[in-house]
Amino acid sequence: MTSLPQSPGQKRLGLVIDLDTCVGCHACATNCKEWNTSGHSAPLTDLNAYQAEQRGVWFNRVFTYEAGGQGDNARTVHFPKNCLHCEFPACVTVCPTGASYKRAEDGIVLVNADICIGCKLCSWACSYGAREYDEDQGVMKKCTLCIDKIYNENLPEADRVPACVATCPAKARHFGDFADPDSHVSRLTRERGGFDLMPETGYQPTSKYLPPRPGAKPLSAAEVKLPTPEGKRDSAGKFLRWVDAVLSR
Amino acid sequence: MASEPAIDLSPDVHDEVKYTTCYMCACRCGIRVHLKDGLVRYIEGNPDHPINKGVLCGKGSSGIMQHYSPARLKKPLKRVGPRGEAKFEEIEWDEALEIAAKWLGDIRKTDPKKLAFFTGRDQSQSLTGWWAAQYGTPNFAAHGGFCSVNMAAAGLYTIGGSFWEFGEPDWDRAKYFMIFGVAEDHDSNPIKTGMGKLKARGSKIVSVNPVRTGYSAIADEWVGIRPGTDGLFVMALIHELLNADKVDLDYLIRYTNMPWLVIQDEGAADHGLFARDADGNPLCYDKTSKKLANAKLPEVAPAMVGEFKLKDGRKAVPAFQILAERYMDPQYSPDAVAKTCGLKAADIRRIAAELARVAFEETIELDVEWTDWAGRKHDKIVGRPVAMHAMRGISAHTNGFHTCRAIHTLQVLLGSVECPGGFRFKPPFPKPIPPGQKPAGKTYAPNTPLPGMPLGFTTGPEDLLLETDGTPVRIDKAYSWEAPIASHGLMHMVITNAWKGDPYKIDTLVMYMANMSWNSTMNTKGVMEMLTDKDPATGEYKIPHIIYSDAYFSEMVAYADLILPDTTYLERWDCISLLDRPICEADGPADAIRQPVVEPDRDVRGFQTVLLDLGVRLGLPGVTNADGTAKYPGGYADYIVNHERTPGIGPLAGFRGKDGDKIGRGEVNPNQLQAYIDNGAFWSHHLEPNQRFYKFANKDYLDFAVHMGFIGHADQIVLQIYSEPMQKFRLAAEGHGANQPPEHMRERLKASFDPLPIWYMPYEEELVDRDAYPLHALTQRPMIMYHSWGSQNAWLRQILGRNKLYMSTVKAKEMGIADGDWVRVTSHNGAIKVQVKTMEGVNPDTVWTWNAIGKRSGAWNLAPDAPEAKKGFLLNHLISELLPPREGRRYSNSDPITGQASWFDLRVRIEKVEPGEEVSQPQFPAIDRPVGLEPAPTVNRFNAGGHAKKGAKAK
Repeated sequence: MTSLPQSPGQKRLGLVIDLDTCVGCHACATNCKEWNTSGHSAPLTDLNAYQAEQRGVWFNRVFTYEAGGQGDNARTVHFPKNCLHCEFPACVTVCPTGASYKRAEDGIVLVNADICIGCKLCSWACSYGAREYDEDQGVMKKCTLCIDKIYNENLPEADRVPACVATCPAKARHFGDFADPDSHVSRLTRERGGFDLMPETGYQPTSKYLPPRPGAKPLSAAEVKLPTPEGKRDSAGKFLRWVDAVLSR
Repeated sequence: MASEPAIDLSPDVHDEVKYTTCYMCACRCGIRVHLKDGLVRYIEGNPDHPINKGVLCGKGSSGIMQHYSPARLKKPLKRVGPRGEAKFEEIEWDEALEIAAKWLGDIRKTDPKKLAFFTGRDQSQSLTGWWAAQYGTPNFAAHGGFCSVNMAAAGLYTIGGSFWEFGEPDWDRAKYFMIFGVAEDHDSNPIKTGMGKLKARGSKIVSVNPVRTGYSAIADEWVGIRPGTDGLFVMALIHELLNADKVDLDYLIRYTNMPWLVIQDEGAADHGLFARDADGNPLCYDKTSKKLANAKLPEVAPAMVGEFKLKDGRKAVPAFQILAERYMDPQYSPDAVAKTCGLKAADIRRIAAELARVAFEETIELDVEWTDWAGRKHDKIVGRPVAMHAMRGISAHTNGFHTCRAIHTLQVLLGSVECPGGFRFKPPFPKPIPPGQKPAGKTYAPNTPLPGMPLGFTTGPEDLLLETDGTPVRIDKAYSWEAPIASHGLMHMVITNAWKGDPYKIDTLVMYMANMSWNSTMNTKGVMEMLTDKDPATGEYKIPHIIYSDAYFSEMVAYADLILPDTTYLERWDCISLLDRPICEADGPADAIRQPVVEPDRDVRGFQTVLLDLGVRLGLPGVTNADGTAKYPGGYADYIVNHERTPGIGPLAGFRGKDGDKIGRGEVNPNQLQAYIDNGAFWSHHLEPNQRFYKFANKDYLDFAVHMGFIGHADQIVLQIYSEPMQKFRLAAEGHGANQPPEHMRERLKASFDPLPIWYMPYEEELVDRDAYPLHALTQRPMIMYHSWGSQNAWLRQILGRNKLYMSTVKAKEMGIADGDWVRVTSHNGAIKVQVKTMEGVNPDTVWTWNAIGKRSGAWNLAPDAPEAKKGFLLNHLISELLPPREGRRYSNSDPITGQASWFDLRVRIEKVEPGEEVSQPQFPAIDRPVGLEPAPTVNRFNAGGHAKKGAKAK
């Protein structure tokens, strides 16, 4: 068993993912893959990359669901899924070797591959399915929140954000510190009704999802129509305004 | 427990960062490529680039795997086995180029049109088209004819530009956005970013599409229309707006030809044309002077309705009157069209009401002083914040040209083109309507360049490319009576026509980046047979020589006689030119380059450089000096800098002049490429605030456009809702004029060449037994694939490695089909066997699948049993390049005006079948990996980080 930090740090870093805006383009997934396959947990191995049963290690996966009814009443929602860097991550406490750990400083959950024995207990413990076992290397891997990017002094400051956030074309992903109530992510969460994924787990995920906006529901076909201006037509049915108008170019 | 391990928070990410342009689709975003230990470490969006402003999509972010694909060709190949088997020997470049020069040289001396040169997803069409002209063949086109020529042509003939590369929604100001039938793999990042902005502001998004995926999924309203009926839906919106007098009359008077008088003299040779004065100016009826007047004068107050007498005593009416009478007719009422469109009339009425409310009650005003074309100053810019975007779902129908014109007509009636919040042109657009360049090819001769570019814009029967006996000049029959306004050619007809020898036989087919034996063709199986068919008399292939350039082992490679291997996009020079398909923004022109960020590790060459080399071997005038030496010995990079199309205007508009301080027009700058590299591989210019709107009538913009060479003169560009060129073709069909169509085409031409948008049932739907083929079948483009390129990619094929046939849950239940069942899908052209997936978000009369996921077994260096080959499939087998017979003749499956390939007119029936071994049908023999390619690895441990994880254990 592995303990969580005694006293939480000053920062609680995480993501806000906007389900209203995500178009399901997978940019977060592949940009994450290209950063991280040469990053902290390199490589993100692919098996059968050019054969049948192709599969590999991904820290970010996008799922698409239809929900809410039939035909026009249903909605299509794109749901990007990655580690939520929980406050009480069972994937850490279940780890028999201490390989899985939550950083005291910023709350990021990482795997120390040097002491990971590949027992997969953490992946059983994670209700979100965010753990990724590298079959080739026999170790568990997971989202690092791009820890080798967000603090990297070799990169310009503007680039020190997770790859998935920097690349998202629809700006459906946001990165920041949830410990700061004035941070962009804290404000978005408050203003847009950000929610915890499956709060019943008690893991208290740090990262939040924003729900689709109410306006985004299919609208009812109310009998709204344009009024026809009466009494303003000539005998041919054309409008007198068109006949009388003296508009110059 | 252990304390936290020390980790390196600041590893060296790169040794070097290079800027170039993405090519993972046609969007052409700016990218920063991080290089580490000679490997590509990371590709990200360039934050300064006008297209993507730092973001990068799922495809662009997978560029590393495209660059290192095991399907990359390595060396020139010469066919040694029968066509279709990929039996090649490797040869040196010199031999390859000599073979090509021999084939092409022989026919250039005798009959240059025996070369058909068709490029696919070519981003260098201003070079390839120019090269074809220098060679002297009229038989050139890129892939526009089977992609979206209906959009391009309809826009250019109506408002002077079209969607995507020609213009964009005003993402920052629009309050209502309608998006019609958009492929999710094109214009990738700007649409996603734009929709994100609209949503953040609470603007309403309405998506008109039979399928609810991607963009439609996040729309506020999904209009799940029946395929091919969008035009009717739009005309019903126009009906509602006209009936409620919710049209922008001021805008129509100032900026459009709606006040121009149209001659009403049924049976006369000029019936339906504009009445003109002695100088050729169109006339209007001026209410101030109560006389006929030059309609282009700024001071006239033209009548919009009424009947007026011309000098010769004949009658004429304003074009607006014709438009109003047409669309106010009850046949276009929401109630009349709803059933055909598969929509509710109340929804159509409501959407019309919403459009009117936003356009006329939520007007935007910008306090910017601007000067109109006539020199009059205005103190503000008024915007009607309704924006629209449309693409392939509109264009890939036989009624697509008219449907696209209908959408433009709707935009113009609302006054929402080129205003704040509306649809805005990107320079160099708008262009004169239509652009002045005519297609060359009326004359051609051995060893002689064409007098102009092969592709252009016809404005009447006199511009058609016909021999004296009336047969088409071009192998694809573009600019013949079968496709009079075929501005992009008809690539989908080239192989069929060449195989048949109709209108004539060719000798050599040269293609570039066009997978014409697989996903890029209609009737795939039939075309494969045509490519391998031999003339029994001679034993030679019916298409004698095929030269193909591609970077990868695509399905087409197996069918070529000579392979010229291209580089990957990270190994090449390119220019994203204003002379070609530009990447500008509404706020200003931009262009860009690709530079080699890594050197090829194979014996491959950029196709453009190869083409220039071949041109020198052939002695083409444009590419050789008087003494026969190469004009551009440094290859494509040399051409990009030193070629001038007209004096001072070359492929790149930025950093011109000796000192690099001129834009648009200026002498050659020998250091131009370095200037681009120093600027992040692109150039952009921002228009002044007073130049940014109403570009077609904005003096400061028009003067700038003349300076830049975008347009020839600064006259107002009057929007042409009523299209006179259309009427000219129709008059010919009615028997007027010297250029006459064949008898059997008259009725079709009369019906389709209407000067105002019309709707008619798509031809395949009209001609097949609709009870026997009750469903529509379509493809959609996944956001993570670009045509067939994506599924060779180790990462992207994990996201989507096979396709299914998607259909409505309700319809499936009705038919006794369950999710996961296997079905036979039959069209008039054949049958396929595929697996079904049911869903809610699809029009119930429609089935669909993802485009180009299905692969031929063995191609792209994928394992022969890869799911792309065994489970995936192409709908292409069902789509014929020929329509079902009409009065005994089979016409091309194309729009009758532009020749646009009508992929989405397909009608099918489906029947449940036994799953058997659960393999899709048809299957073809696996193609062997060609010589030189290594087997693809089974484990991909790509890591350019230089610090493989410590303690990694292999299992």
